Amino acid sequence: MEETAAPGTGMPQLDVTTFSNQIFWLVVTMVVLYYVMSRVALPRIAAVLADRRGTITSDIAAAEEFKLKAQQAEEAYKKAEAEARAEANRIVEAAKAEMQAELDTQIAKADAEIAAKAAESERRIREIRDSAMELVADVSKDITSDILGVFDTKADARTVNAAVSNRLKGSAS
Amino acid sequence: MDQFEVKALFGGDVSWYTPTNVTLWMALTVLAASALMIYGARGRALVPSRAQSAAEMTYGFIYNMVKDVAGHDAIRFFPYIFTLFMFVLFANLLGLIPFAFTTTSHIAVTAVLAFTVFLSVTTLGFILNGSKFLGLFWVSSAPLALRPVLALIELISYFARPISHSIRLAGAMMAGHAVAKVFAGFASALGAAFFVPVLAVTALYALELLVAVIQAYVFTILTCVYLRDALHPSH
Repeated sequence: MEETAAPGTGMPQLDVTTFSNQIFWLVVTMVVLYYVMSRVALPRIAAVLADRRGTITSDIAAAEEFKLKAQQAEEAYKKAEAEARAEANRIVEAAKAEMQAELDTQIAKADAEIAAKAAESERRIREIRDSAMELVADVSKDITSDILGVFDTKADARTVNAAVSNRLKGSAS
Repeated sequence: MDQFEVKALFGGDVSWYTPTNVTLWMALTVLAASALMIYGARGRALVPSRAQSAAEMTYGFIYNMVKDVAGHDAIRFFPYIFTLFMFVLFANLLGLIPFAFTTTSHIAVTAVLAFTVFLSVTTLGFILNGSKFLGLFWVSSAPLALRPVLALIELISYFARPISHSIRLAGAMMAGHAVAKVFAGFASALGAAFFVPVLAVTALYALELLVAVIQAYVFTILTCVYLRDALHPSH
Protein backbone atom coordinates (compact mmCIF):
# COMPACT_ATOMS: atom_id res chain seq x y z
CA MET A 1 0.00 0.00 0.00
CA GLU A 2 2.87 2.34 0.71
CA GLU A 3 3.89 1.97 -2.93
CA THR A 4 0.57 3.40 -4.11
CA ALA A 5 0.75 6.44 -1.83
CA ALA A 6 2.12 9.66 -3.18
CA PRO A 7 5.88 9.88 -2.63
CA GLY A 8 6.91 11.97 0.35
CA THR A 9 3.57 11.79 2.13
CA GLY A 10 2.60 8.84 4.30
CA MET A 11 -1.02 9.50 5.13
CA PRO A 12 -3.19 11.70 2.87
CA GLN A 13 -4.81 12.97 6.08
CA LEU A 14 -1.55 14.74 7.00
CA ASP A 15 -1.08 16.33 3.58
CA VAL A 16 -1.38 19.95 4.63
CA THR A 17 -1.72 21.18 1.05
CA THR A 18 -5.26 19.83 0.81
CA PHE A 19 -6.45 21.28 4.14
CA SER A 20 -7.57 24.62 2.75
CA ASN A 21 -9.63 22.87 0.10
CA GLN A 22 -11.31 20.54 2.62
CA ILE A 23 -12.00 23.32 5.10
CA PHE A 24 -13.46 25.59 2.41
CA TRP A 25 -15.85 22.94 1.14
CA LEU A 26 -16.71 21.83 4.68
CA VAL A 27 -17.72 25.38 5.61
CA VAL A 28 -19.81 25.67 2.42
CA THR A 29 -21.44 22.31 3.13
CA MET A 30 -22.21 23.07 6.76
CA VAL A 31 -23.74 26.45 5.92
CA VAL A 32 -25.90 24.92 3.18
CA LEU A 33 -26.93 21.96 5.34
CA TYR A 34 -27.67 24.26 8.29
CA TYR A 35 -29.96 26.44 6.19
CA VAL A 36 -31.71 23.48 4.58
CA MET A 37 -32.28 21.82 7.95
CA SER A 38 -33.18 24.84 10.08
CA ARG A 39 -35.29 26.64 7.45
CA VAL A 40 -37.06 23.76 5.71
CA ALA A 41 -36.74 20.33 7.27
CA LEU A 42 -36.93 20.96 11.02
CA PRO A 43 -39.87 23.44 11.04
CA ARG A 44 -41.88 21.07 8.85
CA ILE A 45 -41.26 18.07 11.06
CA ALA A 46 -41.88 20.11 14.20
CA ALA A 47 -45.22 21.25 12.73
CA VAL A 48 -46.20 17.68 11.87
CA LEU A 49 -45.29 16.46 15.37
CA ALA A 50 -47.19 19.31 17.04
CA ASP A 51 -50.17 18.67 14.77
CA ARG A 52 -50.17 14.99 15.69
CA ARG A 53 -49.87 15.74 19.40
CA GLY A 54 -52.78 18.18 19.13
CA THR A 55 -54.91 15.65 17.29
CA ILE A 56 -54.19 12.93 19.83
CA THR A 57 -54.93 15.25 22.75
CA SER A 58 -58.23 16.44 21.28
CA ASP A 59 -59.21 12.87 20.37
CA ILE A 60 -58.60 11.72 23.92
CA ALA A 61 -60.59 14.69 25.25
CA ALA A 62 -63.46 13.84 22.87
CA ALA A 63 -63.36 10.21 24.01
CA GLU A 64 -63.55 11.35 27.66
CA GLU A 65 -66.53 13.52 26.81
CA PHE A 66 -68.32 10.65 25.06
CA LYS A 67 -67.63 8.39 28.02
CA LEU A 68 -69.12 11.00 30.36
CA LYS A 69 -72.18 11.30 28.13
CA ALA A 70 -72.63 7.54 28.08
CA GLN A 71 -72.46 7.47 31.88
CA GLN A 72 -75.02 10.26 32.14
CA ALA A 73 -77.31 8.45 29.72
CA GLU A 74 -77.01 5.26 31.77
CA GLU A 75 -77.82 7.16 34.95
CA ALA A 76 -80.84 8.81 33.32
CA TYR A 77 -82.03 5.44 32.07
CA LYS A 78 -81.71 3.89 35.52
CA LYS A 79 -83.50 6.82 37.09
CA ALA A 80 -86.34 6.58 34.56
CA GLU A 81 -86.60 2.84 35.14
CA ALA A 82 -86.84 3.31 38.91
CA GLU A 83 -89.47 6.00 38.43
CA ALA A 84 -91.48 3.77 36.11
CA ARG A 85 -91.33 0.95 38.62
CA ALA A 86 -92.52 3.22 41.44
CA GLU A 87 -95.31 4.53 39.23
CA ALA A 88 -96.41 1.01 38.33
CA ASN A 89 -96.44 -0.02 41.99
CA ARG A 90 -98.46 3.04 42.87
CA ILE A 91 -101.00 2.29 40.14
CA VAL A 92 -101.30 -1.32 41.28
CA GLU A 93 -101.85 -0.21 44.88
CA ALA A 94 -104.45 2.34 43.85
CA ALA A 95 -106.29 -0.20 41.74
CA LYS A 96 -106.27 -2.67 44.59
CA ALA A 97 -107.66 -0.11 47.04
CA GLU A 98 -110.35 0.97 44.58
CA MET A 99 -111.40 -2.60 43.96
CA GLN A 100 -111.51 -3.27 47.69
CA ALA A 101 -113.72 -0.25 48.27
CA GLU A 102 -116.04 -1.25 45.42
CA LEU A 103 -116.21 -4.77 46.80
CA ASP A 104 -117.04 -3.49 50.28
CA THR A 105 -119.89 -1.28 49.04
CA GLN A 106 -121.28 -4.06 46.88
CA ILE A 107 -121.18 -6.50 49.80
CA ALA A 108 -122.88 -3.96 52.05
CA LYS A 109 -125.55 -3.33 49.43
CA ALA A 110 -126.13 -7.06 48.97
CA ASP A 111 -126.35 -7.55 52.72
CA ALA A 112 -128.94 -4.76 52.97
CA GLU A 113 -130.95 -6.24 50.12
CA ILE A 114 -130.85 -9.69 51.67
CA ALA A 115 -131.96 -8.27 55.01
CA ALA A 116 -134.84 -6.37 53.35
CA LYS A 117 -135.95 -9.43 51.45
CA ALA A 118 -135.79 -11.59 54.57
CA ALA A 119 -137.94 -9.08 56.46
CA GLU A 120 -140.45 -8.98 53.61
CA SER A 121 -140.60 -12.76 53.55
CA GLU A 122 -141.12 -12.92 57.30
CA ARG A 123 -143.88 -10.37 57.08
CA ARG A 124 -145.67 -12.29 54.34
CA ILE A 125 -145.29 -15.57 56.20
CA ARG A 126 -146.86 -13.95 59.18
CA GLU A 127 -149.75 -12.61 57.05
CA ILE A 128 -150.31 -16.00 55.49
CA ARG A 129 -150.28 -17.66 58.88
CA ASP A 130 -152.70 -15.04 60.32
CA SER A 131 -155.11 -15.42 57.40
CA ALA A 132 -154.81 -19.21 57.73
CA MET A 133 -155.72 -18.93 61.43
CA GLU A 134 -158.74 -16.74 60.57
CA LEU A 135 -159.89 -19.29 58.01
CA VAL A 136 -159.45 -22.02 60.57
CA ALA A 137 -161.60 -20.05 63.04
CA ASP A 138 -164.31 -19.39 60.42
CA VAL A 139 -164.29 -23.00 59.20
CA SER A 140 -164.41 -24.25 62.84
CA LYS A 141 -167.41 -21.98 63.62
CA ASP A 142 -169.26 -23.12 60.48
CA ILE A 143 -168.47 -26.79 61.17
CA THR A 144 -169.54 -26.37 64.81
CA SER A 145 -172.84 -24.71 63.77
CA ASP A 146 -173.40 -27.49 61.24
CA ILE A 147 -172.61 -30.28 63.76
CA LEU A 148 -174.99 -28.62 66.27
CA GLY A 149 -177.66 -28.38 63.51
CA VAL A 150 -177.34 -32.10 62.82
CA PHE A 151 -177.94 -32.93 66.53
CA ASP A 152 -180.91 -30.46 66.43
CA THR A 153 -179.43 -28.52 69.22
CA LYS A 154 -180.38 -24.90 68.90
CA ALA A 155 -177.66 -22.62 69.87
CA ASP A 156 -177.45 -19.00 69.02
CA ALA A 157 -174.51 -18.06 66.84
CA ARG A 158 -172.88 -15.72 69.34
CA THR A 159 -172.38 -18.35 72.01
CA VAL A 160 -170.97 -20.83 69.49
CA ASN A 161 -168.51 -18.30 68.21
CA ALA A 162 -167.27 -17.43 71.68
CA ALA A 163 -166.87 -21.06 72.62
CA VAL A 164 -164.90 -21.85 69.42
CA SER A 165 -162.69 -18.81 69.86
CA ASN A 166 -161.90 -19.84 73.41
CA ARG A 167 -160.92 -23.31 72.35
CA LEU A 168 -158.83 -22.07 69.46
CA LYS A 169 -157.00 -19.62 71.70
CA GLY A 170 -156.34 -22.38 74.15
CA SER A 171 -154.95 -24.73 71.49
CA ALA A 172 -153.03 -21.96 69.78
CA SER A 173 -151.32 -20.79 72.94
CA MET B 1 -3.96 4.64 1.41
CA ASP B 2 -5.21 5.98 -1.94
CA GLN B 3 -8.82 5.76 -0.80
CA PHE B 4 -8.13 8.74 1.47
CA GLU B 5 -6.49 10.89 -1.19
CA VAL B 6 -7.98 14.26 -2.03
CA LYS B 7 -8.14 14.57 -5.82
CA ALA B 8 -9.39 17.32 -8.07
CA LEU B 9 -12.54 16.20 -9.87
CA PHE B 10 -11.55 17.63 -13.23
CA GLY B 11 -7.77 17.17 -12.98
CA GLY B 12 -5.14 19.73 -12.17
CA ASP B 13 -3.76 20.88 -8.84
CA VAL B 14 -5.77 21.11 -5.63
CA SER B 15 -6.11 24.69 -4.48
CA TRP B 16 -8.59 25.92 -1.87
CA TYR B 17 -11.52 26.43 -4.26
CA THR B 18 -10.95 23.44 -6.61
CA PRO B 19 -13.95 21.09 -6.78
CA THR B 20 -12.53 17.82 -5.45
CA ASN B 21 -13.88 14.46 -4.33
CA VAL B 22 -14.36 16.23 -0.97
CA THR B 23 -16.81 18.57 -2.70
CA LEU B 24 -18.61 15.69 -4.38
CA TRP B 25 -19.10 13.59 -1.27
CA MET B 26 -20.01 16.51 0.93
CA ALA B 27 -22.64 17.51 -1.64
CA LEU B 28 -23.93 13.93 -1.61
CA THR B 29 -24.08 14.11 2.20
CA VAL B 30 -26.28 17.21 1.99
CA LEU B 31 -28.44 15.47 -0.63
CA ALA B 32 -28.81 12.31 1.47
CA ALA B 33 -29.69 14.25 4.62
CA SER B 34 -32.21 16.36 2.66
CA ALA B 35 -33.64 13.24 1.05
CA LEU B 36 -34.46 11.78 4.46
CA MET B 37 -35.59 14.94 6.22
CA ILE B 38 -37.42 16.70 3.37
CA TYR B 39 -38.27 14.19 0.66
CA GLY B 40 -38.91 11.38 3.17
CA ALA B 41 -41.14 13.58 5.34
CA ARG B 42 -42.86 15.32 2.39
CA GLY B 43 -46.25 13.65 3.10
CA ARG B 44 -46.62 15.47 6.44
CA ALA B 45 -49.15 12.78 7.24
CA LEU B 46 -50.88 12.35 10.56
CA VAL B 47 -50.08 8.65 10.31
CA PRO B 48 -46.52 8.70 8.94
CA SER B 49 -45.09 6.58 6.15
CA ARG B 50 -41.93 4.61 6.84
CA ALA B 51 -39.61 7.33 5.54
CA GLN B 52 -41.51 10.04 7.39
CA SER B 53 -41.39 7.91 10.52
CA ALA B 54 -37.61 7.56 10.15
CA ALA B 55 -37.24 11.33 9.72
CA GLU B 56 -39.45 11.99 12.76
CA MET B 57 -37.56 9.46 14.85
CA THR B 58 -34.24 11.07 13.92
CA TYR B 59 -35.68 14.44 14.86
CA GLY B 60 -37.05 13.12 18.16
CA PHE B 61 -33.84 11.28 18.94
CA ILE B 62 -31.62 14.37 18.63
CA TYR B 63 -34.26 16.65 20.19
CA ASN B 64 -34.49 14.47 23.28
CA MET B 65 -30.72 14.14 23.42
CA VAL B 66 -30.29 17.92 23.46
CA LYS B 67 -33.08 18.31 26.01
CA ASP B 68 -31.91 15.52 28.34
CA VAL B 69 -28.15 16.09 28.14
CA ALA B 70 -27.84 19.86 27.71
CA GLY B 71 -31.13 20.98 29.29
CA HIS B 72 -34.24 22.81 28.15
CA ASP B 73 -32.47 26.10 27.51
CA ALA B 74 -30.21 24.34 24.97
CA ILE B 75 -33.14 23.72 22.64
CA ARG B 76 -32.36 26.95 20.78
CA PHE B 77 -29.12 25.31 19.59
CA PHE B 78 -31.00 22.21 18.42
CA PRO B 79 -30.84 23.08 14.66
CA TYR B 80 -27.05 23.43 14.82
CA ILE B 81 -26.59 20.17 16.74
CA PHE B 82 -29.00 18.43 14.40
CA THR B 83 -27.02 19.68 11.39
CA LEU B 84 -23.81 18.36 12.95
CA PHE B 85 -25.40 14.95 13.57
CA MET B 86 -26.84 14.69 10.07
CA PHE B 87 -23.55 15.68 8.47
CA VAL B 88 -21.42 13.24 10.47
CA LEU B 89 -23.96 10.40 10.18
CA PHE B 90 -24.40 10.61 6.42
CA ALA B 91 -20.71 11.31 5.75
CA ASN B 92 -19.85 8.16 7.73
CA LEU B 93 -22.54 6.05 6.05
CA LEU B 94 -21.86 7.27 2.51
CA GLY B 95 -18.16 6.61 3.09
CA LEU B 96 -18.97 2.92 3.51
CA ILE B 97 -20.10 2.66 -0.10
CA PRO B 98 -17.30 0.92 -2.06
CA PHE B 99 -15.02 3.41 -3.89
CA ALA B 100 -16.58 6.25 -1.90
CA PHE B 101 -14.56 9.01 -0.28
CA THR B 102 -15.06 9.38 3.47
CA THR B 103 -14.92 13.06 4.30
CA THR B 104 -15.04 12.40 8.06
CA SER B 105 -11.91 10.23 7.90
CA HIS B 106 -9.91 13.44 7.44
CA ILE B 107 -8.61 15.17 10.53
CA ALA B 108 -8.89 18.53 8.76
CA VAL B 109 -12.67 18.10 8.53
CA THR B 110 -13.30 16.70 12.02
CA ALA B 111 -10.92 19.22 13.58
CA VAL B 112 -12.83 22.12 12.03
CA LEU B 113 -16.10 20.64 13.34
CA ALA B 114 -14.66 20.01 16.81
CA PHE B 115 -12.93 23.40 17.11
CA THR B 116 -16.06 25.18 15.93
CA VAL B 117 -17.96 23.46 18.73
CA PHE B 118 -15.15 24.18 21.21
CA LEU B 119 -14.83 27.86 20.34
CA SER B 120 -18.56 28.55 20.14
CA VAL B 121 -19.25 26.71 23.40
CA THR B 122 -16.44 28.50 25.22
CA THR B 123 -17.54 31.91 23.88
CA LEU B 124 -21.13 31.11 24.80
CA GLY B 125 -20.04 30.10 28.31
CA PHE B 126 -18.33 33.45 28.87
CA ILE B 127 -21.16 35.44 27.33
CA LEU B 128 -23.86 33.73 29.42
CA ASN B 129 -21.99 33.32 32.70
CA GLY B 130 -19.19 35.90 32.60
CA SER B 131 -16.34 35.08 34.93
CA LYS B 132 -18.52 32.49 36.66
CA PHE B 133 -17.74 30.25 33.71
CA LEU B 134 -14.27 29.81 35.21
CA GLY B 135 -16.01 28.03 38.12
CA LEU B 136 -16.01 25.06 35.77
CA PHE B 137 -12.33 24.65 36.62
CA TRP B 138 -12.59 25.51 40.31
CA VAL B 139 -14.00 22.37 41.95
CA SER B 140 -15.64 23.88 45.03
CA SER B 141 -16.60 20.49 46.46
CA ALA B 142 -12.94 19.41 46.73
CA PRO B 143 -10.66 20.27 49.69
CA LEU B 144 -9.12 23.73 49.33
CA ALA B 145 -5.54 22.42 49.07
CA LEU B 146 -6.45 20.19 46.15
CA ARG B 147 -8.32 22.83 44.18
CA PRO B 148 -5.34 24.42 42.34
CA VAL B 149 -4.17 20.96 41.27
CA LEU B 150 -7.65 20.01 40.15
CA ALA B 151 -7.99 23.33 38.34
CA LEU B 152 -4.86 22.55 36.35
CA ILE B 153 -6.13 19.08 35.48
CA GLU B 154 -9.55 20.46 34.53
CA LEU B 155 -7.94 23.11 32.37
CA ILE B 156 -5.81 20.56 30.52
CA SER B 157 -8.78 18.23 30.04
CA TYR B 158 -10.86 21.16 28.81
CA PHE B 159 -8.34 22.04 26.12
CA ALA B 160 -7.90 18.36 25.25
CA ARG B 161 -11.60 18.19 24.43
CA PRO B 162 -11.49 19.38 20.80
CA ILE B 163 -8.49 17.18 20.11
CA SER B 164 -10.11 13.99 21.42
CA HIS B 165 -13.42 15.08 19.90
CA SER B 166 -11.93 15.31 16.40
CA ILE B 167 -9.35 12.52 16.50
CA ARG B 168 -11.90 10.02 17.85
CA LEU B 169 -14.13 10.45 14.81
CA ALA B 170 -11.43 10.67 12.14
CA GLY B 171 -9.47 7.81 13.73
CA ALA B 172 -12.47 5.49 13.94
CA MET B 173 -13.39 6.17 10.32
CA MET B 174 -9.87 5.85 9.00
CA ALA B 175 -9.06 2.72 11.00
CA GLY B 176 -12.15 0.89 9.78
CA HIS B 177 -11.44 1.65 6.14
CA ALA B 178 -7.75 0.81 6.48
CA VAL B 179 -8.48 -2.53 8.16
CA ALA B 180 -11.02 -3.38 5.47
CA LYS B 181 -8.42 -2.66 2.80
CA VAL B 182 -5.77 -4.79 4.55
CA PHE B 183 -8.17 -7.75 4.77
CA ALA B 184 -9.17 -7.26 1.14
CA GLY B 185 -5.48 -7.32 0.20
CA PHE B 186 -5.13 -10.70 1.98
CA ALA B 187 -7.92 -12.14 -0.19
CA SER B 188 -5.85 -11.97 -3.35
CA ALA B 189 -2.70 -13.17 -1.57
CA LEU B 190 -4.19 -16.27 0.10
CA GLY B 191 -5.30 -18.04 -3.10
CA ALA B 192 -7.64 -20.95 -2.31
CA ALA B 193 -8.29 -19.76 1.24
CA PHE B 194 -9.58 -16.43 -0.09
CA PHE B 195 -12.96 -16.91 1.57
CA VAL B 196 -11.50 -16.38 5.05
CA PRO B 197 -10.63 -12.70 4.53
CA VAL B 198 -13.79 -12.21 2.43
CA LEU B 199 -15.88 -13.39 5.40
CA ALA B 200 -13.79 -11.23 7.68
CA VAL B 201 -14.38 -8.17 5.49
CA THR B 202 -18.12 -8.93 5.46
CA ALA B 203 -18.19 -9.09 9.27
CA LEU B 204 -16.03 -5.97 9.46
CA TYR B 205 -18.41 -4.12 7.15
CA ALA B 206 -21.31 -4.83 9.48
CA LEU B 207 -19.20 -3.61 12.38
CA GLU B 208 -18.27 -0.48 10.43
CA LEU B 209 -21.94 0.30 9.82
CA LEU B 210 -22.41 0.18 13.58
CA VAL B 211 -19.31 2.32 14.14
CA ALA B 212 -20.48 4.87 11.57
CA VAL B 213 -23.74 5.41 13.46
CA ILE B 214 -22.18 5.23 16.93
CA GLN B 215 -19.46 7.76 16.06
CA ALA B 216 -22.08 10.18 14.80
CA TYR B 217 -24.00 9.63 18.05
CA VAL B 218 -20.86 10.07 20.18
CA PHE B 219 -19.84 13.23 18.33
CA THR B 220 -23.29 14.72 18.88
CA ILE B 221 -23.70 13.74 22.51
CA LEU B 222 -20.24 15.11 23.36
CA THR B 223 -21.29 18.38 21.74
CA CYS B 224 -24.35 18.36 24.00
CA VAL B 225 -22.20 17.66 27.07
CA TYR B 226 -19.88 20.58 26.24
CA LEU B 227 -22.91 22.78 25.65
CA ARG B 228 -24.31 21.84 29.06
CA ASP B 229 -21.00 22.90 30.67
CA ALA B 230 -21.31 26.26 28.95
CA LEU B 231 -24.94 26.75 30.03
CA HIS B 232 -24.55 25.42 33.59
CA PRO B 233 -20.85 25.67 34.54
CA SER B 234 -21.33 24.83 38.22
CA HIS B 235 -20.47 21.22 38.95
